[in-house]
Amino acid sequence: MTSAGSGLTVWQTCALSLLVFTGASQFALVGALAAGGNPLTAAAGAFFLGVRNAFYGLRLSQLLALPRAVRPFAAQWVIDETSAVSLAQRDRRGARIGFAVTGLSLYVLWNLTTLLGALGAEAIGDTNAWGLDAAGPAVFLALLAPMLKTVTERAVAGLAVVLGLGLLPVLPAGVPVLVAALAAPLALWAEGRRKGRTAGRPEEGER
Amino acid sequence: MNVWIAIGATALSCYAVKLAGLLVPAGVVERPLVRRLAALLPVALLAALTAQQTFADGHAVVLDARAAGLAAAAVALVLRAPFLLVVAAAVVVTAGVRAVGG
Repeated sequence: MTSAGSGLTVWQTCALSLLVFTGASQFALVGALAAGGNPLTAAAGAFFLGVRNAFYGLRLSQLLALPRAVRPFAAQWVIDETSAVSLAQRDRRGARIGFAVTGLSLYVLWNLTTLLGALGAEAIGDTNAWGLDAAGPAVFLALLAPMLKTVTERAVAGLAVVLGLGLLPVLPAGVPVLVAALAAPLALWAEGRRKGRTAGRPEEGER
Repeated sequence: MNVWIAIGATALSCYAVKLAGLLVPAGVVERPLVRRLAALLPVALLAALTAQQTFADGHAVVLDARAAGLAAAAVALVLRAPFLLVVAAAVVVTAGVRAVGG
């Protein structure tokens, strides 16, 4: 996978997949470290990307109604895919089975492919010559594309790109991405003002 | 060592937010504004990360083979190609442009 190309060892790459297990955060951490970022700013960016999992957890805890003792173990599997599968089921039994099956199979597959990818990248050597440094942004773009549904989301993305690139020459590595995150509250604030003026006309997406 | 610190901090914080979602009663954080913000934060971060990893070289903004790779990924996304194909398109085109032009 891409992380071995960014100067992480096979062990570090595998530890990420085993312990973090939420793809976007892993890629973000690796990308920030590769750019020479401070470990804590890199971790902060990864953390913000992981915050959405808390909201999946909110929905899932009502749906699955897990006993308290099981929750700390189930928590690691609260990610995009398991939430999507569980929330699509019609009843609690189906949701629980969906959560467990999706969680287990993804966890095993994700970690296996990480190990293979890390070993493979080590064998290849100079990963940049093979264009593997383009894999990171392509992954981000693929994750981002389905989120750009309304004008607000596109505005956030555009503003974040401007902030992220514009501040690059002046701030330490890893920090511009965190500043770019401010595009989210800024856009919400602008959206609120616009809605206030048009008396609550609902936001219309282009798709 | 720094890398292990970053891995540890990320693992702990990401696990904590996952667990928090399961443990916290819904009403506490499930306000419309908080929900909207949580949905928009990944958009901002992913957009900034995509741009940086494509156009950044240290502290400089550059245009190189990676931009062609990202464009290929964008085309693949528009054509609704599966995830792995999108990434493969970016990798192959970047390598190709490098091999041709350097």
